[in-house]
Amino acid sequence: MGVGIQVDKLSAWFGKTQALYDINMTVQANHATAVIGPSGCGKSTFVRCLNRMHETIPDARATGRVRIGEVDVYNGTSATHIRRRIGMVFQKPNPFPTMSIYGNVAAGLKLNGFHDRKRLDEIVERSLLASALWEEVKDVMHKKSGASLSGGQQQRLCIARALAVQPEVLLMDEPCSALDPISTGKIEELIFQLKERFTIVIVTHNMQQASRVAEFTGFFLLGKLIEFDKTEKIFTTPSDKRTEDYITGRFG
Amino acid sequence: MPEALAATPADFVTAPISLRRRITDYLATGAAVSAVIMVLVPLAAVFGYLVYRGIGSINWAFLTQTPKPVGEAGGGMANAIAGSVLILLIGSTVGVPAGIGAGIYLAEYGRNRFGDLIRFTADVLNGVPSIIVGIVAYGLVVLVQKHFSALAGGVALAIMMIPTITRTTEEMLLLVPTVTREAAYGLGVSRWRTTLSITLRTATSGVITGIMLAFARVAGETAPLLFTAFGNQFWNWRINQPTAALPLQIFTYAISPFDEWHRQAWAGALILIVLIVISISAVRIAASRGMLKGAN
Repeated sequence: MGVGIQVDKLSAWFGKTQALYDINMTVQANHATAVIGPSGCGKSTFVRCLNRMHETIPDARATGRVRIGEVDVYNGTSATHIRRRIGMVFQKPNPFPTMSIYGNVAAGLKLNGFHDRKRLDEIVERSLLASALWEEVKDVMHKKSGASLSGGQQQRLCIARALAVQPEVLLMDEPCSALDPISTGKIEELIFQLKERFTIVIVTHNMQQASRVAEFTGFFLLGKLIEFDKTEKIFTTPSDKRTEDYITGRFG
Repeated sequence: MPEALAATPADFVTAPISLRRRITDYLATGAAVSAVIMVLVPLAAVFGYLVYRGIGSINWAFLTQTPKPVGEAGGGMANAIAGSVLILLIGSTVGVPAGIGAGIYLAEYGRNRFGDLIRFTADVLNGVPSIIVGIVAYGLVVLVQKHFSALAGGVALAIMMIPTITRTTEEMLLLVPTVTREAAYGLGVSRWRTTLSITLRTATSGVITGIMLAFARVAGETAPLLFTAFGNQFWNWRINQPTAALPLQIFTYAISPFDEWHRQAWAGALILIVLIVISISAVRIAASRGMLKGAN
């Protein structure tokens, strides 16, 4: 089951440049929340702060409080522990090039010291089924490299890989921006099914996508969260003028 | 070609290619081909000449016997071949892990002043004449042990291998895209595990190329062995005793006044080259097999 996310006064920096200013947001468990905004507004930085991915960049730091369910992300737990509970799907499909399809899906468990072959087989099958890739790869998953798949398949492989470690939250950083419309459709369908079991936060440039998949939407501008509400409300009667300007295409 | 310049877009595709462009094309292709020939001719010439001069002296005795005393015909370089293998084994055992470790440090943790210092040191070490590396190994090992040894020779070769392996490993690891590392971090994989199982794994073939370059370079080194391994006319398998090595034996025989020894020096040189080619090929094949196996 997914858990909710509570963000309080989250600020983030790259060196001396501040990228996020006092973000407050409550993400509902088992719902999809979209994060929209023009390029460079801090959307990606925001989701990367949720699983402490932000701090892997040299000189990057963050302050404030993030709670995932009962866990305080920045206090008392290690980054690796947090990241095991929060799956992440990146903008560009990034399968491990030296591993087979099976190896990619099993990687998260194997690299964390889990080697029970029978359980791994089950988990890999279940994850590939969940990411709607099983039928396409079940016969070749031990032989073919993850990098040999098409872009859309690679992205579904990355989703399966993230699901295999059984996270409670799934962060998706523009997961469809490198994909064609058919693959995008498949991923969106997937998001619909996945949110029954996970809490999803999805960064997107595509406002139609946000309105299709997410119940809640946050609009970011210049590192600030301008408006956060039900998706319907954001796209029909936004309360902030800047949100309205953005979604009607007047800028951004 | 005024006609060609005046050509309209309509016959741009069908118009014959101007003479000047065809000549340029031929010249460029010719330059590329002759560059390849300039690289291959010396290589083929060296190898061909070695075969021509050396093959006649290679026989079973040469490969299985130790050198005969001056004036006696026959004998071989078996102990030198074995000694070279031993010394290179010691050198690689010390040099490869140290080089890879330093390369990992530089690529993953070395974005600072200390890293810059190591990089600079490695580059300087790369340019240090090999005889000086020999003197260092003499001071570090021979003076301490009180006699020449295979270990000292191995240490000298290791010192020469480390900077090459360090820098190539670093470069190869840096070629692995950040998104690949992030994929592992995102799964909750710790940093050291990501470095070993993902980053190093992805860069394996490049890292191996670096190791092979370093290996091939030191395999033929003579100067650093002169007062470390020292050479030996007899069999020796103990790492703390003076040990024969092919380059040393070739050197000794080549500057001798005896025709028989000259012929054996040629044969030794040929064997050395063949051994290097065999070991590089073996590692390449093993690596590609290993990689296929690791893919499952």
